[in-house]
Amino acid sequence: MEVAPMEERVQMKPILDSYRVLDLTDEKGSFCGKILGDLGADVIKIEKPGGDPARNVGPFYHDIPDPENSLSWMYCNSSKRGITLDIEAAAGRGILKRMVRTADFLIESFPPGYMERIGLGYEAVSAINPGIVFTSVTPFGQSGPYKDYESSDIVLWAMGGIMATCGDRDRAPIRCSIPQAYYCAGLQAATGSMVAHYHRQLTDEGQYVDVSIQESVLLNVPNSVMTWYRFKRNTMRSEGMRIQMLYPCKDGRVVCSIGGTGVGWTQSTIALTNWMAEEGMAEELADIDWHNFNPGAATPEQVQRAEEVLGSFFLTKTKQELYQAAVERGFSLAPSSTPKDLVEDAQLAARGFFIEVEHPELSDTISYAGAPLQMSHHAWSIQGRAPLIGEHNEEVYERELDLSQEQIAILKRDGVI
Amino acid sequence: MIERKQVFEGVKIADFTWSIAGPMTTRELAEHGATVIRVESHKYLCPMRRAGQMMGGSTSINSSFVFANFNTNKLGISLDLSKPKGQEAARRLVKWADIVGESFGPGVIGKFGLDYESVKKIKPDIIYFSTSLQGQYGPHSRYQAWGWQAAALAGFYEAVGWPDRDPTGIPGAYTDQIAPYYMVCALIAALDHRRRTGEGMYLDQAQFEVGVTFAEPSLLDYGVNARIMKRRGNRDSYAAPHGSYRCQGDDNWCVIAVFTDAEWKAFCEVIGNPAWTEDPRFATLSARKVNEDELDRLVEEWTIQHTAPEVMHMMQENGVPAGAVQNNEDLFNDPQLRDRRSHERLNHPEIGAMLHQRPAYRLSRTPCRLVSSGPMLGEHNEYVYKEVLGYSDDEIADMLIEGVITTEADLPGAR
Repeated sequence: MEVAPMEERVQMKPILDSYRVLDLTDEKGSFCGKILGDLGADVIKIEKPGGDPARNVGPFYHDIPDPENSLSWMYCNSSKRGITLDIEAAAGRGILKRMVRTADFLIESFPPGYMERIGLGYEAVSAINPGIVFTSVTPFGQSGPYKDYESSDIVLWAMGGIMATCGDRDRAPIRCSIPQAYYCAGLQAATGSMVAHYHRQLTDEGQYVDVSIQESVLLNVPNSVMTWYRFKRNTMRSEGMRIQMLYPCKDGRVVCSIGGTGVGWTQSTIALTNWMAEEGMAEELADIDWHNFNPGAATPEQVQRAEEVLGSFFLTKTKQELYQAAVERGFSLAPSSTPKDLVEDAQLAARGFFIEVEHPELSDTISYAGAPLQMSHHAWSIQGRAPLIGEHNEEVYERELDLSQEQIAILKRDGVI
Repeated sequence: MIERKQVFEGVKIADFTWSIAGPMTTRELAEHGATVIRVESHKYLCPMRRAGQMMGGSTSINSSFVFANFNTNKLGISLDLSKPKGQEAARRLVKWADIVGESFGPGVIGKFGLDYESVKKIKPDIIYFSTSLQGQYGPHSRYQAWGWQAAALAGFYEAVGWPDRDPTGIPGAYTDQIAPYYMVCALIAALDHRRRTGEGMYLDQAQFEVGVTFAEPSLLDYGVNARIMKRRGNRDSYAAPHGSYRCQGDDNWCVIAVFTDAEWKAFCEVIGNPAWTEDPRFATLSARKVNEDELDRLVEEWTIQHTAPEVMHMMQENGVPAGAVQNNEDLFNDPQLRDRRSHERLNHPEIGAMLHQRPAYRLSRTPCRLVSSGPMLGEHNEYVYKEVLGYSDDEIADMLIEGVITTEADLPGAR
C-alpha cells in the first residue's frame, strides 16, 4: 500500500516545522541538522566568516573546486538557511545568545571544552533558554581518556571496530571509499536530540546530549564486544562472507546466498536452482538436498562445487537479468550496485525517492537522495538547497534580529559576519 | 538526584517485528521507558534466536546474545498469528498500544488482519510503522532478501575494496543498523504530533533507500559529473600518509591520517625525522600523493617496530590523527569505551552475565536505563495475557492447549 500518492506527499506540511535549530557544526555533525531540516525544522547553519572548511571537500559540481560547489556539503546541508558569524568575538557571541532565546535545538561539533571556553557552554546557554536541547557531536564524546584525541573518518572507522572486519585477509583492513563515520554520528545525534525534544515537549525541560562518533560507528558491529566477552574470539576480515558471497556476472557483480538452515533460505535456493535447471545448468547440483544443505556444516568441497556451478551460471547473465529473476522467482540475490545502477533503479523511481532541487545560481537542477522513510500525513523531504556562504545574513540579522543597517555595517567591518 | 520519569514512560508498543532493524527500533524506545511487548512464535523463530555461532554450541532458542542485545527492556510473548484466536489476541494488543510495528515481507501482515487499515479501525489514532527491504509498494516491493543484500543494492559492496581487486564488501547487514534510528526520529515526531493533534500516522520504510542516504556523495558524483566513484582502499584525496599500517604482533594495524602541514611535521618528529622525510618527493602533500606507494612502505617500516596502541598514543600525543584498528578484544578492553560505559552488563537467565550496547548518545537529564536483557521466548506470557490483555486462567489454558500461545512443542521438528 502506498502511504499517500506522491503528488499529495510533496504538498504535505513537514512535521517539525514549528521548531528552530542553530547548527554550529562542521562535517562531523552537519548530517544531524540535515535530518531535522528535511523533517521541516528551521535550521540555521552558522558558519565562521569565510565558510565551513568542509565546503572544500570534493567531489565538486562539474569538478570545479569552490566552496559553493562541494557536493557532499550541499547534500549534508540541504534544508538549512545559512549565516556567517564569528562566535569568538564578543559581538558575535552576543548575537548568538540572542538567537538562543528562540531556538529549540543547538548542535555543535567543536572539541570538548571549546564552547565553555568562549562562554557558550551548556550552562550559559541553558541559563538563557532552559528548554533548549544542546547536542555536542565529538569523535570520542565529552569524557574519557581519549576525549581530546584527534580524529578523521578513517580513525573513527578503525576505533569504532568495523574496519577490522573490512578488507581482504592478505592485505590491510580498509575503510569504505564513501566516508561513513559522520553519517553514523549525525543520525545518532538526531536520534538523541529527538528523544530529548520529546522530554522537553512534555516538561519544558531541556538537556545536554553528548554524542560519541566512535560509539556511533560501533553500532555497526553490534556483536563485537559481546563475542570477545563470551567466546574470547575476534572476527576476521571478510569472515561470514561465505553466506554473503560476491559473484562476477556478465556485466558486474551480484551478491547471493545459498543454503542455510533458517527461514527462507531453503526456499530461496530451490527457486534459484529451479531456474538454473530450466536453463540446463543445474545438473551438477542435482544430488544436493537443499532442504538439508547448510554451508556452515557442509564440507569445503561441497560448498566450493556449489559455488562454482552457481558462478558459471551467473556469468551467462547480466546484473539486471539476475535481479529481475530474483524479484520474480523469489530468491535472495542482489546486484552489487554502482551509482549508475541506483540512479536508474526502477523501484527508487516508482517510489519517488529522488528529489529534484533547483540551484538557480548554477542554472541547474540537481537530483538528490530523498527521505529514509515515507509518512502518511507529512512530507519528509528536502526543503531547499544548501545555503551559499552568508546567504541569509540579511534576512536573519535585519529582519529577524532587528539589527540596523549601521550595526550590520560595523559587524561586517569587524569581521564578525 | 531527582528521580525523573523516563521520557517514554506510558508509551505502549505492540512489536510484531523480527530480525534486526525492527527490534533495534523498538529497543531504543524501550531503553528510554516505553513498554514494548515483542510478539514471537515458536513456529517461525526470529532468525536472531538462531544466530548460530553466537550461541556457543547451545541449541536453546534462548541462548543467543545477539537476540538478547537487540531486545533489552522488552516483554516477550509467544503467539500464533495464523490462528483466529491468535488474531483476536493481537487485536486486543493493538487496542492497548500507541505504536504498532512490523517487519514482515510487504503484504504478509494483512493476512493476519493486522495491516494499517485494519488496525486503524480498532485504534483510530494508532502510529503504525512498517520496515522492509524495498518498501510497501513499487515493482520490487515483494523482493525477499537479507540485510547484506540491501547493503549491496545500496552500493556499499562496490565501495569497499582495493582498486586493483574485486570489492570485499561491507560486513554484516549494514542497512539494518541505520534504518532503526531514522525510524525512531520519525516515531518521536509522530508521538509529538499525536499529542498535539490527536492524529495517528503510517510510516513506510525501505531499508534499501535508507542505505542510499548514506551513499549519496557517490550518486551525486555520477549524476552531476558522470563519474563512477572508484574503490580506493584507504586512500584520501586530502591526506598522505592515510591508511592502516602493519604494527608489531599478529595482524595488528594502526591507522594514521596526515592532512595538514603541521600534522606532517609532527608525524616526522614522532618517527624521529629519518632522512627520507627530507626528500623532496615527500615534502608537500601533492608530492606525497604522487609517491604514496613508496611513502606507505616507509611509514610501515616504522610502525612495524611498535604495537598499534603505541603508534596511536605516540601520534596522538603530538596531535596527529591516529587510531588502532580495534578488533573484538581491543574494543572490549578500550579504556575510552569503558570510561563511558558503552555497554551495560545484565543478567540473562540462560546466558548468564552479558554485555548490551547502550545508545551512542548520553542524555544529561533522562539517561537511558537498561534493566533487562532480551526476553526468553514467551517469558512474559502469563503477565501479558492476564494483566494486559485480560484473559482468564481458563482461557489461557485453552490457548496453550490449542497452540494459540505457542510453546516448545511448536518448534519446527519438535514432533
